[in-house]
Amino acid sequence: MQPSPAQRSPAQPSPAQRSRQGARAVPSRGAIPWPLGVPALLGALFLLLPLAGLLARAPWRGLPHILADSQILDALRLSLVCASAATATSLVLGVPLAWVLARSQARGISVLRALVTLPLVLPPVVGGVALLLAFGREGVLGRFLDEWTGITLPFTTAGVIIAETFVAMPFLVITVEGAFRASDRGYEEAAATLGASRLTVFRTVTMPLIGPSLLAGAVLSWARALGEFGATITFAGNFPGRTQTMPLAVYLALESNPDAAVALSLVLLVVSIAVLAGLRDRWLSAGTPA
Amino acid sequence: MRRTALTLTAVVIAGLLLAGCTSSTPAKGSSSTTGSSSRLASGTINVFAAASLKEAFSKLGQQFEAAHPGVKVVFNFGASSGLATQITKGAPADVYASASTTNMDQVVTAGQAASAKSFAGNVMEIAVPPGNPAGVQGLSDLAKPDLKVAVCQATVPCGVTATKVFTNAKLTVTPVSQEIDVKAVLTKVTLGEVDAGLVYVTDVRAAGEKVWGIEIPVKVNASTEYRIATMTKAPNKAGARAFTSFVLSAAGQSALTFAGFAKP
Repeated sequence: MQPSPAQRSPAQPSPAQRSRQGARAVPSRGAIPWPLGVPALLGALFLLLPLAGLLARAPWRGLPHILADSQILDALRLSLVCASAATATSLVLGVPLAWVLARSQARGISVLRALVTLPLVLPPVVGGVALLLAFGREGVLGRFLDEWTGITLPFTTAGVIIAETFVAMPFLVITVEGAFRASDRGYEEAAATLGASRLTVFRTVTMPLIGPSLLAGAVLSWARALGEFGATITFAGNFPGRTQTMPLAVYLALESNPDAAVALSLVLLVVSIAVLAGLRDRWLSAGTPA
Repeated sequence: MRRTALTLTAVVIAGLLLAGCTSSTPAKGSSSTTGSSSRLASGTINVFAAASLKEAFSKLGQQFEAAHPGVKVVFNFGASSGLATQITKGAPADVYASASTTNMDQVVTAGQAASAKSFAGNVMEIAVPPGNPAGVQGLSDLAKPDLKVAVCQATVPCGVTATKVFTNAKLTVTPVSQEIDVKAVLTKVTLGEVDAGLVYVTDVRAAGEKVWGIEIPVKVNASTEYRIATMTKAPNKAGARAFTSFVLSAAGQSALTFAGFAKP
């Protein structure tokens, strides 16, 4: 049987439609309109040129010798350890916080959300001062910690981790909270009707759903913690091997040994690229439910 | 209505332009203690100075501005080594005052300054929080393992001088933190986060009641020499020369002595 005209393949426009389309010039799919293309090119150049400068001016010949310096290796090791610990702490504390912010019906939740994301906009040095006033030896909480246990947090590696967690956790909280809000409650409700307890639902249904966002949030906070300078130097001070992270080492090396500063910057750059490259697929698909 | 508004705007703009023109020419016959250079000093003078000069130089800046109406002195205080790096990398400074000869030599070698003059000296002192909670008696206490001590980073002048003091006293001191500049050390002391910090005598004086000072015996104390120079690429050369002369003048020197600095 012949297909009726109404059942003709919709992909083929009728001759009348085709002539209407031809009258209006249809741009090819790949072309970028220049009002967007030029600023985009400038933006890309602006972001890539400093990286190119770093690579061009790096002391490639002396690199192995510079990097063999124990102080540099100490700073690198400390940075990686503290950033990872800060991310782990952010995950442990931040994911439940994000869940509460997303799901709780209590009044004042929006105020709480605004306050916990304050470190995002707070200048890091201000954050460091605030940390001192809270957890320092004379601080609101730190005073009791010192009196009862003799533990002081400033000038310790734990202090570095605390400072980095303070600036990095809001990134995780924001990312994950958005994912919780966007995730489909239907799956959770279905699991609940099948008899799963709330904690089981959270563990087996909710968390896998937000997996990509969780990873993206963790990477963001790891990167933020790695690069933290102001809060670290104010709260944890600067001592090689104990609290001198890479950014501090770079800043101080810039004055006395610029080659070392560039070499350190290169190392940080390579580490960052490695992390981003390793997670690029997950990164790009972050925010979509699994 | 529209015409009145237009005329009014024109009159206001003309008035502003006129006011702008008259203020840029200094009043004739105004005398000043710095003599002929007062005619030439105008605009903004960017002074890069060591952190320990903060209070003294701020006062000198105010005195200079009072003597030269229309001139603004803008300060950039920080660690001398950091400032030297900024200058060699192209920061627009008119005057550079460093807390050590090493950093000034750095700037001179880079061709940014022709010659420098010594204008002050400084020695170190132990700063402790008010009440001296850790009961620091003297320099040897700083070597105690459970005492929290803050010093300057080893590459900045106050760190170099602190190392000299410890070497003179034959002490091994392990600080909990090596701060970026002397004011950061002072802050850690005033906040009570450390038991003692090694700063300059001028810093203890400037902090007033916020810290207590414990003197270091002259025999083991170390001093540092402050140098000042006008930059060869200064955007405001006349202003730079005027301010430098002011610092070296009797008025400048007496202000520095009042703040606790030693003679050069």
